[in-house]
Amino acid sequence: MVEMEPVIGLEIHAQLKTKTKLFCSCLVDFGAQPNTHICEICSGQPGALPRMNAKALELAAKAGVALGCKVNNRSVFSRKNYFYPDLPNGFQTSQLDPPICQGGELSIAGPDGPKTIHLNRIHLEDDAGKCIHDEKRGRTLIDLNRAGVPLIEIVTEPELNSSTEAVEFLKKLHGLLVRLEVTMGRMEEGEFRCDVNISLKPKGSDKLGVRSEIKNLNSFRYVGQAIDFEIKRQTALYESGQGVLQQTLHFDTARGETKTLRSKEEAHDYRYFPQPDLPVVTVDEQLIRELQAGLPETPEQSLEKLAALGIRDEVAKLLIDRRGALEYFEQALLNFNEPKRLSTLMTELLLPACQKDAIAPTESLLTPKLFAQLAKLIEEGTLGRRAAYELFPELFQSGLDPKELAQKKGVLQISDSSALEALAAQIIAQHPKEADKYRQGQDKILGFLVGQLMRSSRGAADPKRAGEALEAALKAQS
Amino acid sequence: MSELWRLGLGQAYQGLLAKDFTAEELVLDCLDRIKATEPAINACLTVLDEQAIQQAKELDRLGPDPQRPLWGVPLTVKDVFSLKGAPTTAGSKILENYLCSYEATVVQRLRQAGAVICAKTNCDEFAMGSSTEFSAYGPTSNPWNTQRVPGGSSGGAAASVAACQTPGGFGTDTGGSIRQPAALCGCVGLKPTYGRVSRYGIIAYGSSLDQAGPFARSVKDCARLLASVAGPDGLDSTASTIPVDDYLNPAELDVKQLTLGLPKELWSASFSPEVETVLQEAKTLLTKAGVNLKEVSLPSLKYSVASYYILASAEASTNLARYDGVRYGYRAPDRSGLAELYLSSRSHGFGPEVQRRILLGTFVLSSGYYDAYFRKAAQVRRLIQQQYDAALESCQFLLAPVSSIPAWPFGSFTNDPLTIYQLDMMTLPLNLAGAPGLSLPCGLGADGLPVGIQIMGRAFDESALLKAGSLIEQVFPPIGTPEVKAKE
Repeated sequence: MVEMEPVIGLEIHAQLKTKTKLFCSCLVDFGAQPNTHICEICSGQPGALPRMNAKALELAAKAGVALGCKVNNRSVFSRKNYFYPDLPNGFQTSQLDPPICQGGELSIAGPDGPKTIHLNRIHLEDDAGKCIHDEKRGRTLIDLNRAGVPLIEIVTEPELNSSTEAVEFLKKLHGLLVRLEVTMGRMEEGEFRCDVNISLKPKGSDKLGVRSEIKNLNSFRYVGQAIDFEIKRQTALYESGQGVLQQTLHFDTARGETKTLRSKEEAHDYRYFPQPDLPVVTVDEQLIRELQAGLPETPEQSLEKLAALGIRDEVAKLLIDRRGALEYFEQALLNFNEPKRLSTLMTELLLPACQKDAIAPTESLLTPKLFAQLAKLIEEGTLGRRAAYELFPELFQSGLDPKELAQKKGVLQISDSSALEALAAQIIAQHPKEADKYRQGQDKILGFLVGQLMRSSRGAADPKRAGEALEAALKAQS
Repeated sequence: MSELWRLGLGQAYQGLLAKDFTAEELVLDCLDRIKATEPAINACLTVLDEQAIQQAKELDRLGPDPQRPLWGVPLTVKDVFSLKGAPTTAGSKILENYLCSYEATVVQRLRQAGAVICAKTNCDEFAMGSSTEFSAYGPTSNPWNTQRVPGGSSGGAAASVAACQTPGGFGTDTGGSIRQPAALCGCVGLKPTYGRVSRYGIIAYGSSLDQAGPFARSVKDCARLLASVAGPDGLDSTASTIPVDDYLNPAELDVKQLTLGLPKELWSASFSPEVETVLQEAKTLLTKAGVNLKEVSLPSLKYSVASYYILASAEASTNLARYDGVRYGYRAPDRSGLAELYLSSRSHGFGPEVQRRILLGTFVLSSGYYDAYFRKAAQVRRLIQQQYDAALESCQFLLAPVSSIPAWPFGSFTNDPLTIYQLDMMTLPLNLAGAPGLSLPCGLGADGLPVGIQIMGRAFDESALLKAGSLIEQVFPPIGTPEVKAKE
């Protein structure tokens, strides 16, 4: 038996983060009572005409720019015709040729290092309503609140080869689109869902096998489960010599199995043709430039930037992954330009405290400016490291000025050299035996003397400088 | 004053402003005229008498307003215009009990202009047809001879205006549905440039061809009606933002400087003897008046009928997908399953011509046929547009017949759809070109039936078209008002 390899392509539907629907001014609001956000346009009344939501267009272009697509200056809406009770016009308004975005890519971690997954296209379309089947009374109710809600469909090339890759791709895409505020991405609400096209081919072969399409998966876990199940099912069919039939499947989440929705023969002929009620969709170069300029860094770009600042990988990843951490770091950096010290202090003190309170660093009372001051006090030796750690919980909760609080608590380091000298002289006078031992060459005894000095200063002395002061005093007296 | 219904639109408006009579008096007179003539012509599907009277009273209370170009003027609209709270059937059984929840932009603008909408007029089902015989609510009769069709699809609108039920009305023209009934009923009908008038709230047939336009008993009155509704509309993305000219005060034009191009492909058709005679006489009159007539050619016109029926039916097949018995309109009693509900509701709700075009449109869009039909037809359309523009380089306007035969007896073509499609040859090229055209009566035939002629102009130059139209209107003999006689 030849070893078979899965070939997977994804069609992702992401609901755009707009206030209103794609072709009318009804609110996008899922919590609402059924059929309260509908009008003559989205409920398909005779004579009503669509009009384009400019924000939706901008968000679709933004997704394209972020994913490195070619954003077409001119694209066309088409009608995709089929009958279903939740489809008020009897057609979906979608894009066939040309779509708003073509090409593009997103890379993921593959088994042998980074792997680039190419995109085929991104197009705009409107969502359908919702059928609610009332089994008890044997009737179907229709809610059109969702009808006309704007979506983008992102279509990948069939370049994924495992459920792990597919899920990794989806997670990364989801993260990116949410960060860009293209979509809210609430998967449980169906705001980010995907269809999986999957076939098997002999390993190394170029020829794709017969594919099946699993419809409408709305969690990463289901995507993984459905793909794994489908790989097993198709493998078994090949092994028994039956071959795979082209069909559309539904994933039964309760049983963890795919089930036939319709066969190839039952496939719709959508009779696409240009939507005569809408003009050509135009995106000008100016908008594309603006979108490009306004793009936040990608995680890769952030990582590169942090590495250039000399920040270790693990620390950098923490700053990137935690919501608001990078932003906080960058603001703090403006006040204290020591990236390594700042980032280390953040991972040691700030991030754990934020995590405990389930807030983003940017939401903390301790502002980046105050945090930078704290780091500065430590760096200057004005505040001991240990004192700083002990002080931190109160600083974090109160948002007080670190220096003032340290002063009030009397833990500011004694950096005044005359004060240190006086202390050193006092300690030597109090411990003449130990002083003699040091003078006789027992260097180690210095540690004891430093400890005594620290204790007598209640931790406010800098241990390093205390040692220096003691050494100088002992040598001077010998 | 008596017989106010005889007044033309402009005269009625002036009379209202001068307080010669009140809006209520005029509206009541027109409603009486409707009552008197409806048994003979069946032009109206819904008469909005209570609404109209109330509206007229309200206008009278406010007093005449010269800022409102249709203050107090009674009008009708074809039953494809959405009018809030009124039945809107498009002549179809599938919308028999449908009440509109919103108002078409045209209707809104007419109300703002001060018009009083008195009735919704009959039409072929979903504007598909040339005789109103395909209305689910019975055909309209031609006021000149009630044994004959009024033309279509806006046959009710044309018959109503010709029978003086109101001084003006609005219809829609997808392949000639304003100009052809205007010609057969002996009134003036204007199809504006595609995009000049908002389509919002007008039940769609062929979306890229549909255009609303006015009917009246003179060209000037049509100009007044167009002026009240033309212009951009945020609710219709296909409505043009090109500025609207002042149709009531057009630039001066001299009849002796007019050059009209006669497309030979249309003039070489075979005409009925009555129509032929009147058309020849019309040309003679124009020449005598000093108009320069010259032959032009648009060679692709021979493909226009085929091309039109592919494009319009394709669009119609999906425009009419929403009538599925699910949310509103007719729902068949067979609900054994979803497919059965669809099939049965649509098979019983739609009439034969609509079903024919849905089937045709579905076929030409189907996978494997799209390139051979829809794409080809779209190419022909572009060719015709180019040839139309080219023809207008050697003349100011085109002049053509509107119908090769006069109003025909009911039932003549009921079982012969292809012949009746061919009759549209005169009118539908203009829709493919997207340009404006004006149909006006040029005489009565020996059979006592009106014959029309159309002039066609450049896109968005309705101002010049209307001016030229009113010049040649004066060249032709007035045809008078039909004496509406009930069917025997």
